[in-house]
Formats: sequence, C-alpha cells, structure tokens
Amino acid sequence: MSTLSIDRVSRWFGNVVAVNDITMDIGPGVTGLLGPNGAGKSTLIHMMGGFLAPSNGTVSLEPSPGPEGRPTVAAPIWRNEDSYRHIGLVPEREGMYDFLTGHEFVLANAELHGLPDPRAAAAEALSTVEMEYAQDRRISTYSKGMRQRVKMASALVHHPSVLLLDEPFNGMDPRQRMHLMELLRKMGDEGRTVLFSSHILEEVEQLASHIEVIVAGRHAASGDFRKIRRLMTDRPHRYLVRSSDDRRLAAALIADSSTAGIEVDKAEEALRIQAVDFTRFTTLLPRIAREHGIRLYTVSPSDESLESVFSYLVAA
Amino acid sequence: MYNPTVARLTYRALLGRRRALILCALPALLLVVAVAVRAMNGADDAVTSELLGGFALATLVPLIGVIAGTGAIGPEIDDGSVVYLLSKPVSRTSVIVTKLVVATGTTAVFSAVPVLVAGFVLNGNSQQIAVAYALAAVVASIAYSALFLLLGTVSRHAVVIGLVYALIWEALIGSLVPGAKTLSVQQWALALAEKVAGSGADVSSSVGLPAALVLIVVVTVGGTLFAGQKLRTLTLAGEE
Repeated sequence: MSTLSIDRVSRWFGNVVAVNDITMDIGPGVTGLLGPNGAGKSTLIHMMGGFLAPSNGTVSLEPSPGPEGRPTVAAPIWRNEDSYRHIGLVPEREGMYDFLTGHEFVLANAELHGLPDPRAAAAEALSTVEMEYAQDRRISTYSKGMRQRVKMASALVHHPSVLLLDEPFNGMDPRQRMHLMELLRKMGDEGRTVLFSSHILEEVEQLASHIEVIVAGRHAASGDFRKIRRLMTDRPHRYLVRSSDDRRLAAALIADSSTAGIEVDKAEEALRIQAVDFTRFTTLLPRIAREHGIRLYTVSPSDESLESVFSYLVAA
Repeated sequence: MYNPTVARLTYRALLGRRRALILCALPALLLVVAVAVRAMNGADDAVTSELLGGFALATLVPLIGVIAGTGAIGPEIDDGSVVYLLSKPVSRTSVIVTKLVVATGTTAVFSAVPVLVAGFVLNGNSQQIAVAYALAAVVASIAYSALFLLLGTVSRHAVVIGLVYALIWEALIGSLVPGAKTLSVQQWALALAEKVAGSGADVSSSVGLPAALVLIVVVTVGGTLFAGQKLRTLTLAGEE
C-alpha cells in the first residue's frame, strides 16, 4: 500500500507557472489525472517520477511495508534513485532503444533493477502484456500500441507498488485500449497505486475509481467519478443541427423538457439547440425527426471542446 | 561502478549501422593515406611524424572522440530513452562511469589502433613513432571521451559544439596559437608521445609531461563528476 504525497507543489518555468500549489495524496487503486492539454499533467507526473524538481513543495513516496512488515517512512522522490524500487514509469515519449527487440529491452530493464532472475522476470512481464508473440522483433518494427505494451512490461518487470503512466492510451486502437484498461484495473485491484493521465474524460471515467482534475496548473476537482460524471452529463450541451425542415424540427423539439432553447441561425442556415438533459435529448432528436419525416443533415456538438467542458467543471 | 547492462546498451547504440560507418571511415582514410605515402615516398620518419601528429592526433582522434563521446549519451537524452536507464535503482555516477568506459574504449579502438597500424605502415615503427602516437591517442581518447560525454549531457547541440571544438580548437588553434596549446588535449597527449618517441623523431609538445598528466586527470575526473551531477538533476523536457 504505497502512497504518493504531493504537498503544496508548484513548478514554474521562467515566468510560466505550470503547476500551481497542488496538494493531493494518491493511494492504492486506479487514479485518473484528468485535464486538458497543457494543464500541467505531464509536469506533475514528471515530478512524481523524479524527473523534475518541484520549484516549491515536496513530492514524496511512502512505500508499502517490506516483507518483514517494517514500518516505512516517506522519502522525497527527487534525486532519490532508491525510490525506483517501488515505482514503475510509463513515459509518454516514444524513445525506447528501437534497435533492441522487445525481449532484449524488457530484459535490460530487469537487469537494471538488479532482479535475482531477470530472464524469468522479463518473460513474466512480457506475458502479462501479451507481447510474447512479437518479443523477438525489433522495437522499431512495432506499432504504437505494441510499443506501449512493451513500455508497460518494462515498468512492471520489478512488480512496483506504484505505477505512473503519462497519457498511456494515446494512439492505441480500441482493442488495445480495452486490454490496457483491463490490465490497469487488475493492478489497482491488487492494491497497487496506479496513476494515469488523460485528457479524455471517457477514458478516465471507464477506468479510474478516483479522479483528480487539473486545469491551468491548478487542482480543480477531486473525487469519485460519479460526481464528476453527473457534472459532465448535467451541464447544458449545445448542438448545431441542419435538417430538411429546421422550423418544424425546432417546434417539435422545444415541446420537450430536454431542450432549454433553440435559435434559428440564418447565416448558418441551421438550428442552435441548447439541451439540458443530455441522455434524453440524444434519443429524442432522431425519434422526432423520424416521426415528422424530417431528414437530419448535420448534428454536431458545438461546445464539446475540452476547454469548455473543463471550465464548466471548474465553475461547478 | 561499471554496469554491464548500461555498457551493452551503449555499445549497441554506438555501433549501430550509421555511426559505425562514420567511425570506420576516418581510420580507413588514415590507412589509405599511409599506404599511399609509403608507396610514393618510402619510409620517412619526418613524414610519419607529420601525418600521425598533424592528421591523426590533431583531427582523427578528436573527431572519433566527438562521435563516441557525445553518441554515448546525447541521442538517449534527445529521444527520451534515457528515462529507462535513470528510473532504476542504479547510481547516476555508475551510469556515467560506464558510459565513459565505453566511449573511451570505442575512441581508442577506432583511433589508437589505426594510428598504430598506420605508423607501422609508414616507417615500421622506426624511432618508436608508431607506438608513441598510439599511446598518445589512447590518453587523448580518455580525456576527449570525458569531455564530450559531459558535452552530451549539457547540450542538445553537443555534436556541433564538439565538432567546432575538435576542428577549430584542437586542429587549428591548438596547433598554431602558442597560448592555446596549453589548453589542448592534443598537446597533453603529445607530451606523452614526446617521452616515448626517439630523440630524433621530432615529436614535441608545448606542455611538460607532469603538467599534461595532471591536466588530463583533472579534465577526466572533473568532466565525469560534473556529467554525473548533470544526470542526477536531469530534467525531461515536457511534451506540453
């Protein structure tokens, strides 16, 4: 049961404040670090991984008690090579000794950890991520998802109690994504402290039992995903809709309580609809169109940009 | 201190196809020139000394040093793969020392060995010239490796800076400007060559041997310590 403690941590680069006075504890289970691009997630993860010094505050790790049950003390991670006995790191960057085969790469990681039987550890880790079939191919020939899995294997090879992943789902196809989610969920259930960052709410929602939201370097929200999801679905959604008969569609829609306002945009020749009940509206729109024999040409969310979602979350 | 896994990774990165070609090209050039000179001029101590001192020690050794020294760490820092070395319970000093050993070994093999062979081709090691320059190349390899390894940890433009240093400082200013000579690895190495070579070999350095050895030790140890320090506080450029 390892705990990562972030205590009043700030990090600035010149005049730019990337992380602004954040305090949080990351405990066992899967935690999602959510925020738009540029919010400071990577900066925070780099500090947790010991690859960036906090300008202010401390990031420390209290590892799980040893096999003898000896009590442990929290130690800062920065400039502390020993903390890597407990931490597994899956960086976002792609550089990873492309001239090696997957097996050679994971084996090298196992050796660097000084494990008693690096070969067995490498084989186990490769099997955990189901990469044995390609382990003798050079990493340079791997797809993005395969690289990600080998990175995972290298991070798991020493059975760390803390796993840090920076945008692990980027560039993965849905099947790979599901597989990695399953794996992370399992790690969390085993009592490991798993932290991953993402700018995609659905990813975080599917996987994390606990969510930390970072916006513009600040700790914006923290909690259970249900709470954050409710905020997400309850917020007013705006849609741009074009159809074969905009006015008739507008009249039919406004009669339902899921819409709060509809505007006919002459310039765009479209309807601007504000929906207050997201779930209801999404089933209502196609049904009403069908019932009235109206054809829908365009249905596009007009405020789905992450920034608007997050600013809504922060305001809530 | 020496980590075999770090060494293996570094050797494989250094001796990858493209870099190995460059590492082979310069020694091959030296050998071709040596054979050509010998064929046209016959054995001549003065010409041997000039070629080994003027081309081999002044240009070949620093260039190989740049390629091996910066190549032992620069690309890893550039593409971020160094994370996998540093996120381990391995001391950063041990990472740097291992890389220094690998860089020195590579530089020595690709510079001192061809120098020795070229020396034998040119005049059959008369006046110990071949051995003297080969030893000088080994000593210079150590200092250059430490210097360029450090450069690889502090700058993203290590190769360019290293090339400018090797070609302008070592090959040009270090050979011509008297004051600058004292601060040239080449001259320190020459001090050793001067000691080893026969008195008629016309090998001379502007630095005395004791001073040269002290300077080499200072540069090597200082450079390595500083590089270790840089690695300990290495910050990874964020993607944001």
